[in-house]
Amino acid sequence: MSAYLLRRMVYGLAILVGVNVFTFGLFFFVNSPDDMARAQLGVKRVTPAAVEKWKAERGYDKPLFFNEKKSGIATMTETVFFQKSIRLFVFDFGSSDQGRNIGFDIRERMWPSLAVQLPAFAVGLAVYLSLALIMAFFRATPIDRAGVVLCVMMMSISTLFYIIGGQFLFGKLWNLVPVSGYQEGFDAVKFLLLPALIGVVAGLGGNARWYRTIFLEEIHKDYVRTARAKGLAEPRILFVHVLKNAMIPVLTGVVVVIPMLFLGALITESFFGIPGLGSYTIDAINQQDFAIVRAMVFLGAALYVAGLVLTDIAYTLVDPRVRFS
Amino acid sequence: MPIRPEWLWSDVIVWSMVAAAVILSLRVRRSLPQRAAWARVGQSAAGMAAATVLAAFVAVGLLDSLHFREAAGTRDGKVVYGGELRSALDALLRPLRERRERTYSAPLATRAYAKETVQIEGVEQRVYPRLIYGGAHLRDESERWQDVGSRAAGGAFAAAVIWLSLVMLLCLMLARRENAGVAVMWRRLWSGHLPLQWRAIMITAGLIMLVAGPVCALAPHYHVLGTDKIGQDVLYQALKSIRTGLVIGTVATLVMLPVAMVLGLMAGYFKGWVDDLIQYCYTTLSSIPGVLLIVATVLMMQVFIENHVHWFTSVETRADVRLLALCAVLGMTSWTGLCRLLRGEALKLRELEFVQAARAFGVSHPRILLRHLLPNVMPVVLIALVMDFSGLVLAEAVLSYVGVGVDPSTVSFGTMINAARLEMAREPMVWWALAAAFGFMLTLVLSANLFADAVRDAFDPRLRFAGGRA
Repeated sequence: MSAYLLRRMVYGLAILVGVNVFTFGLFFFVNSPDDMARAQLGVKRVTPAAVEKWKAERGYDKPLFFNEKKSGIATMTETVFFQKSIRLFVFDFGSSDQGRNIGFDIRERMWPSLAVQLPAFAVGLAVYLSLALIMAFFRATPIDRAGVVLCVMMMSISTLFYIIGGQFLFGKLWNLVPVSGYQEGFDAVKFLLLPALIGVVAGLGGNARWYRTIFLEEIHKDYVRTARAKGLAEPRILFVHVLKNAMIPVLTGVVVVIPMLFLGALITESFFGIPGLGSYTIDAINQQDFAIVRAMVFLGAALYVAGLVLTDIAYTLVDPRVRFS
Repeated sequence: MPIRPEWLWSDVIVWSMVAAAVILSLRVRRSLPQRAAWARVGQSAAGMAAATVLAAFVAVGLLDSLHFREAAGTRDGKVVYGGELRSALDALLRPLRERRERTYSAPLATRAYAKETVQIEGVEQRVYPRLIYGGAHLRDESERWQDVGSRAAGGAFAAAVIWLSLVMLLCLMLARRENAGVAVMWRRLWSGHLPLQWRAIMITAGLIMLVAGPVCALAPHYHVLGTDKIGQDVLYQALKSIRTGLVIGTVATLVMLPVAMVLGLMAGYFKGWVDDLIQYCYTTLSSIPGVLLIVATVLMMQVFIENHVHWFTSVETRADVRLLALCAVLGMTSWTGLCRLLRGEALKLRELEFVQAARAFGVSHPRILLRHLLPNVMPVVLIALVMDFSGLVLAEAVLSYVGVGVDPSTVSFGTMINAARLEMAREPMVWWALAAAFGFMLTLVLSANLFADAVRDAFDPRLRFAGGRA
């Protein structure tokens, strides 16, 4: 089993190498550093000297892979690839194009993101699973059909609508919570309530329907027929036997996203003015700060890979077939 | 006035998709199992109602995909064509496009939304000024609701007449085809017992016409959905957004289709190192969170386009290339899911007897992939295609809000929402632009979702034999 986990971790590392090479290609080959400098400085009032200065300040003036001017190990380290890409592996994100330390900003900003995402994730999972169980219990009755129709309706509504509508209703019309903003400490609760609630509601349609499908798939399996033949009551079959077995497909989708909760939600955070990683990314996009976007892409991939490894660990815990193979 | 047709890249793609759809539907008619599957789609009332709504949207989108330039005058005996690119839809909606107010006005309003200082008989006064076009034909504004009511009723009546004659025509056609009486056909139509759900189609068409009729009657005289900040008609913008949504929803999936199909089938069929390599590629791509990958790629694409402005002859072609590039990026990030699905299917299929037999007979690998595997995974591909559509339309709105969506000059649901979201804070609230964008988007996405469900239920054999699943 530990050999299996080790293999999965090495595979995860290989994926990160791939992501690293891919982002490097995307950021330094599609457009050369000169192009990026021109885009940052504005195409109109750009001079070769200004481009050189921009590149030198941010360390983009080095050769991409091989520095002939240096000797020894420095031929490899004094390059854009080493400075900007390899150092990501030790989570050294360097400084943004504006000159701020990205690593510091990320450590600072991941907590507000987590404060919104974690409650939304936990409450959401509980709500989605219970609704899906109710629909599966009343399958092929008007309750189930109404539930599915409602889910499809909710899936078809844009997240932007939930956010704008929620801000209007709770913030403006009923004055229950502030429309946007953030405070440190315990006061944060009133700012986090609405974004978390919207996070839950926005995912309701798609998730409840998805879990319902998983439960229904389980219900048609042989062990359920056996349980019925034994004379077990339908609620007991559904809530004990089916729920337990459905946990494996549910885990596949759920555990992966846990590390990604740090990343926050792009749109929600910028609408509610929460200083998390989501709004950090949006600001970076608006300022065309390529260093931050590159760092976030790598961080996102690293967290996803962490999620994959966590999923494998979770499998070994819940599925004896994996544990004993 | 002479006009010169002009084809944008996206127009070419849109019309080739139409041609491909026609060719494919002719082929479907010859294949019995496929015809049976589509017949099952036709039996789903919700699916056919959704298809009718989608057809209306597609019609608007296609009209908007016929572009031309109008002649602006003659110089040296040659006709010179005007600067702005227009579409057939623009030509139809000319009154909506050209009747531009100064700023905001509410739906069906006759006066502007904000007070302005006007000189009345030499005295400066703060009043709500009359609109230039909205309700300009009214002599007395108190007659407005009466006028709106009578015009709407007229439009609804005309729509009802057209709809009834359509239903009669349909009955006549069906009666001739099945050698039955018209009255019998009429009863069978409304009992819903025809093999194709004509009842659902006709009721939906009736509802669409019941909305469209009054709107058509009112639109030349009022701003039915109000005007936005620079006085543009919101209804016009909403109608123009449809094409953008449709293009993104379909082209993005089509872009990735060949890659996903080739790689997925190869991975599942050849196994071994080919499988490992392809799996590694798509796991790497899918490990980057979708939004971040899109953001990074679109940012790079924007820089690229900015640095190569001279490639594009006009603003419209640049916006068009940006739209297609966005489709490509969206497709690139989402092909991994389909690729994984197809790999699984191919793994299953390669062990089946008919593939084993083909290999024993010495059929070459490419031929087995093309003739024996590909037709058998087409249902999976079709389901993925229709299921992805609604998600892509929704994604466009979010991305345009983030600032990595379509070109700001392209009208889309995302740019409409983005422009309107700050207006919610105004007092009194400007709600109509947001409401229009969300309303149109909901209708499009909901009908796409319902249609996708009907297609999935009809084509997914796993679902059909699992028994009684809706």
